[in-house]
This record gives sequence, C-alpha cells and structure tokens, in this order.
Amino acid sequence: MDPITWTGSLGPLLNPLMLAAIAVFVLGFFAQLLLNFAGVQPGEVQINPDHTLSVARSPNDYALMAMKYSVLLFLACVAVFIVGGIVQPSLEQKGIIGAMGQRFLPVWIAMILIFAVSVTFKRRLGLYGKLFDSPIGMVGFFLVMFWMLTAIFAGLVATHGAIDVVSQMRNEVPGSFMPDPDEGEYLAYLLGGDNLGRDVFSRMVFGAREVLKIAPAATLFAFMVGITLGLPAGYFGGKLDTVLTFIANLVLAFPVILLFYLLVTPEIVASGIPTYMAAVLFLFPIIFFVILFNSRFFTQPFTRNIYIFLTVLIGGWLYLGLAWNSDPLGIISMPGNILIVFVSVVFVNSPTVFRIVRGIVLDIKTRDYVAAGQTRGEGPWYIMLWEILPNARGPLIVDFCLRIGYTTILLGTLGFFGLGVSPESPDWGSTINEGRRLLTIYPHPALPPAIALMTMVLGLNLLADGLREESLRD
Amino acid sequence: MGLFILKRIGVMLLTALCLTFVVFFLTNLYPNLEKLAKTQGNARMTDAEVSSWLDNNGYGAPMLVRYGEWLGVVPGWTRTDEETGEIRGRCIDFGDDPAEAPRFCGMLQGDLGYSTVSDDEVSNVVGGRLLLTGKLMGWVLIVMIPAALVVGVLAGMREGSRLDRTLSTASIATTATPEYVSGVIFIVLLASSTAGLSPWLTENGWIEGRTLFLGSARSAMEDITFWNFTLPVMTLALYGMGYIARMTRASMAEVMTAQYIRTARLKGVKFRTIVLKHALRNALIAPFTVIMLQIPWLLTGVVIVETLFNYNGFGWTLVQAASNNDIELLMSVSIVAVIVVLATQLISDIGYVYLNPRIRIS
Repeated sequence: MDPITWTGSLGPLLNPLMLAAIAVFVLGFFAQLLLNFAGVQPGEVQINPDHTLSVARSPNDYALMAMKYSVLLFLACVAVFIVGGIVQPSLEQKGIIGAMGQRFLPVWIAMILIFAVSVTFKRRLGLYGKLFDSPIGMVGFFLVMFWMLTAIFAGLVATHGAIDVVSQMRNEVPGSFMPDPDEGEYLAYLLGGDNLGRDVFSRMVFGAREVLKIAPAATLFAFMVGITLGLPAGYFGGKLDTVLTFIANLVLAFPVILLFYLLVTPEIVASGIPTYMAAVLFLFPIIFFVILFNSRFFTQPFTRNIYIFLTVLIGGWLYLGLAWNSDPLGIISMPGNILIVFVSVVFVNSPTVFRIVRGIVLDIKTRDYVAAGQTRGEGPWYIMLWEILPNARGPLIVDFCLRIGYTTILLGTLGFFGLGVSPESPDWGSTINEGRRLLTIYPHPALPPAIALMTMVLGLNLLADGLREESLRD
Repeated sequence: MGLFILKRIGVMLLTALCLTFVVFFLTNLYPNLEKLAKTQGNARMTDAEVSSWLDNNGYGAPMLVRYGEWLGVVPGWTRTDEETGEIRGRCIDFGDDPAEAPRFCGMLQGDLGYSTVSDDEVSNVVGGRLLLTGKLMGWVLIVMIPAALVVGVLAGMREGSRLDRTLSTASIATTATPEYVSGVIFIVLLASSTAGLSPWLTENGWIEGRTLFLGSARSAMEDITFWNFTLPVMTLALYGMGYIARMTRASMAEVMTAQYIRTARLKGVKFRTIVLKHALRNALIAPFTVIMLQIPWLLTGVVIVETLFNYNGFGWTLVQAASNNDIELLMSVSIVAVIVVLATQLISDIGYVYLNPRIRIS
C-alpha cells in the first residue's frame, strides 16, 4: 500500500493556497525590506481639521498588509487541515497533517480552554494575565503549553508505544501503513519508522514527557540552591561572598561537556559521587523553606514550629527517597541514571542563578525600604527572604523561563552524547543522536525531535521575552 | 591597572589549579583506575592483580602526591623490579638510562604524558587537533562577529521599530536552536541527496555533484573548501550569533537614548551619520566583553559540531579521551579548555577597562 500523503483529500484544494500564501509572504517581506532601505516610511496617521483621522497608506503599508494576511491565510489552512483530520473518517483522507492534528485533539481542547479562561480573566491574573497583551508572549505561551499538554496527554496522543518495535517498518517513510496491524492498533506510522522500526511520532510525543519530567524540576532546584546561597552572599558580602563567588566561578569555568563526561560515566556512578552531590544539593530546598518559615513566624513560636515540623517531615521524606533512595515507606524513589542527569544539570545551572541573585541583591539592598526594615529591627533573613526576594521576582521569573529552555538544551546535549539516559529512552537528544547516523539517506527519524526541541526552547524564550516586556511596562 | 592584572592572574592560576585537581580527582577515582588497569593489562584480572598492576605503574601513591607528580612539583615515581633489577619510573622513557632521567616530569616541565588511546605523546596529539579546531573557530568568528554586530546595530538603532522586532525575534530563534538541532536541519536541507534542496538543484543542473554542501567535514581536515566547511561553520556561528546580536542591540538602544545623540539629532545631523559616527563606537564596548565570554561557550558547541560533522579536532579529542578514560589526554584537554576560559575572561576584563574611557581615566 502506498504511504499516506501529507495533506490527504484536502491537499489538492489547500496546497496551492498555502503555497501562494508563502510566496506572498516572501515577496512582501523583501518588498518591505527594500522599501525600508529605499527610505519609504510607513504611512502616518493624520488629524484632519474636522477631527477625523486618516492614514495615507504608502507601498510599505501594503507590503505589510500582504504579509499579515498571508500569515493568516496560512494558519487558516493549517486549521482546516486539522479540522479535516478530525472530521474525516479514513487515514488516506486525513493525510499525515490531519491525522496528527486528530491525535493532538486532547491538547487542542485543553489549549482552547486555557486560552479562553486566561483571556477572559486576564485583568485579574497579574503578570500572567498581562502576558496575553503581548503577541510574542502569547505565541511563546502557546508553544510551551503545547508541549506541556502533549507531555500530560502523551498516552492519548501517541499512536504506538515508545519502544514498540515492528521490524518491517525499519526506516519506512512518513505515512507508511503497518504490515499487518492487530485489532485496535493504529494503522500507520505517521512520521515513519526509525532504524529499529519504532514509531518516530510516538517517540517524539513520549520524548516531551521525558524532557518535561526533568527540566522544570531541575531548574527549580537550581533556583533553590542559587537563591539560598546568593541572598546571603549579596547581603552580607565579605569573606562569605568571596568564597562563594570563587566557587561559582570555578564551576562556571568548567566546560559543560567535560563536566558531564566526568560525572555521568558508569565508573563515577559506581564511586557514589553523584549520590553525595545529590545529598548536598537536595538539602538546599529544605534549608530554604526552614529559613523562610522561621524568619516569618519567628514571633509566633507555635505556628513556626508547626511549619518547620511539616517542612522537615515532608522534605526529609522526599530527601531520603530522592537522594538516598531509602524512603522508609518505599513510595518515593528516583531511578539511578535520572538522578545523575538531574544532579549534574542542577550543578551546572545553580552557579549562574547564584550570580544573578547576588547581583540583584547587591542592587536592592541599597533601597530605602531595606534600610527601613533594618531600622525596625527585622532580622537579616527576614529582610532577605521577605523584603528583597519578592522584589526581585520579575527578573527571576524571566530567567526561570529562559533557564528551563537552557536546561532542555543541556538535557538534549546529554542525550546527544548518549550520557546518562538509557539507550531506549525516547528523549529528544538521544533520538536525534540515533537518527543522525543515517541522516543524509533517511532524514525523517532525526527531524521531528529536532523540531520539537527547537519549538519548545523557542517557546520558552519568547515567553520570557513577553514576560520581560510586560513586567517592565508597569 | 598593573595591580589589577596581577591580581586577576593570581586568581586565574588558583582557579586553574583547583579545576585541574577536580578533573584529576574524578579521572583517578578507583573505578576509573580499575578500568584503566583492565584495558591496559588484562580484561580478566582479579582484584589483587589490579591493585598490583596499579602499584607497579605508579598509581598506588596517594592522590595528592600523584597530582603533584603530574603537575611537576613532586619527583616522579621510580620503582625497581625485584626480579630483573630494572628501574622504571614516571620520568624514565622506555630504553633510557634511569640515571640520566630528570627527577621531575610534569606539566610544568612541559611533559604532558602519554595518551593510551592514540598511543602517542599527548603533546603530539593535542597540538595538531588544536590547530584544526583553531581553523574552525577562526572561520566561525569571522562569520559570526560581523553578522551579529550588523544585526544588533540595525535592530538597536530604532528601538521598537518593526525591523527591531523582526531581527530580535530572529535572534531569539537562533539562541533557541542548539547546534545539534540546527546541524541536523542544515544537513537535511542542504546536504542530503534524498531530501531538502539538493535533489531539486541537481535535477535542474544548477549544482555539480549530488549535494549542495557536504554533510561531513572529514575532508576539511586536509583541505578546507566552501563545499565541505560551510555547514559546520554555519551551525556553530548561528547559535552564538543570536546572543551577541541581542547584547549589541541592548547596548545600541541604550546609546541611542543618550543626551549627545539627541543633541546631534537636534543639530540636524543625518541619521546615518549619527549611527555610524556618534553611536557605533560607544555601542560596541559591551559587545566586546560578550564576544570574549562567548568563546568558552563556543567550546561546548565545538564538541557537538565536531562530533556531528566528524571533524577530528579538539572537541572530538575531548569526547574520545573522556569516553575511553584516557587520563593524561583528558587532563591536557581540560587544561587547554580551562586556559581558554580564563584567558578570555581576563582579556574581556582588561579590554573593557581599556575601551571604556570612563573607567580608564579615573
């Protein structure tokens, strides 16, 4: 049987339209660029004597309009393909794009709900709501949410298992039908098969889960470490600052890849160093929360004791399970190789966070409200955690988004060199690494994870950019 | 200034010492040594044989002593074979007279040791590889810096304009595309005989050969051509470019709001002259620092690109040394990496002070 075409039954109708849209966009782009360099300015709004406004459109404006409408046309075509994929019954009619659009149905529904709720209540949602005023921020949020939701609904979206091997499907092109599908099994490999005969599409979808399981959590831990050390370093200064800054610079001077190669080898793992590193790094969140609650409720010993007791209890339980793999209840544990990847990513990221926090604290501690707090007799930790930290949240949130993207890139790098993750793991870095060997002959296995990783990191970067712009506005 | 540089160099040396010790420590952990013994000696050695092999080859001493030996501040180990009476030692090359061998032979004496994987002196291995990577880096910098500066200046001269938005988004896109992603996409688009542009171009007879560019840079090690070297350079340049361009943009945008620029505009100076003559120089101080600090970042990229394009340079050597636990090669590689990182930091600090008249004069 012939493989499914990309666009299915709607293709003959919509393909020319999409091509035309692309052509118009490219033409408009170059026309606008040339006009700009030739000195033709966009038309300006004029106020007429009778208080009406009028715009004298220049060729520049028409070029821009053409670009705008071609983008809208292109997006509309994509939307029609997806709807067509959901509505039409057979795979041949859906086409690959339509069929993928149909598989992503849970993601679309959740996405529409999130956007509808957020846009409706955007004035009441603070910084998050303001995001929906900036188009760039919205695009970024869309891309990030797309992969987040894909990770959540991976089981529903994927057509096959991540490590299901069908040997006849080895290196088959996108849209190939399965040789003899079982009852209820999906009929085709939408994005083709890889060199072992696994479904590229499903691996990409499960890869999102692998990546999003580690990246945000690792970034959060790196922030805990960076904040817990950066606050006192910036606030107290002196010898503590010198020592901590020296150590941070030491880690930063290490080439990242060398560090990964040194930390994530079986021999080092056998020596137990990653476990000790985890033991140290995972302590920081507990320390952070204990100091946080202690400084806040210092004057109410009873409340304070409850909070600290709970933190130590829950934190200690997680700590034993995650770092030492010796949870007394046997619920929490972390597979060895993930722990190593996690620890090394946290280790690489936290010095940068430390430097950022320290820099912000050095700036904020000269403000009047800090002096006022000191005069009131507030303790140094209260000032750091409850006066300075909340006021540093803007740049920290922006950096958090950027850093998740960077962590994703780091995880991909680890996968690319085959470090730490198991060989069957569907994470994007390893899939790219596997696909690159036959890249010039069979490009399809490596391309989807590459594009997935790119769009997700791009989304995080755009999101950070939108947040930065909106947080600077007020 | 002199004192500043001296102090910086002092801190640099201390950092280098700490970092090399960390690498030494991690590569010389017992499991690693055990693996070394088994690959060098016999794969089926017992534990006792392993430890006697390690003792015989100078790995028995405490870690700090061995680090000193490697550094060249502690005399190299010597050992007399009890049966043959032959004296062997760290500083005694095979067949040399033990009496004439130097006492110290470490990094400080210029002896980098012996690479077990390449079966050659480390200094011979590293030199050639560094030259290859130097060529790659050189081309990358030649492509990346002017392109990034032009993009940054164009975006920053009219902040908030449409050109600014387009270029800024493009720079964000390049920073979001790590080398292993852009490399893969470039190979598929430009260097694959079955996909992308090449089949189409060949069909029309617009290019000779089967692909527009070559997807492997192996032949570039002997002879660099446009055909085999464009993709690695492009891949590497693209990732670093976005960041430098954004920094240039920020600095340019800041300069354009300065008082003296406004004065110039009010005097009626042409916009082009303002940008080129008044703003550009001041706007390029900050990017200089960023460019210098970007070089260590390129180092990571070099490792990825050299692996992806099969170019046997420094980054490729690092991967080989690390995955085979070639201790002395790895140590030298990390020293080079650390020196590059610290030297660029120093140059960027000094350069910043030198370029910025406000700091230089006070």
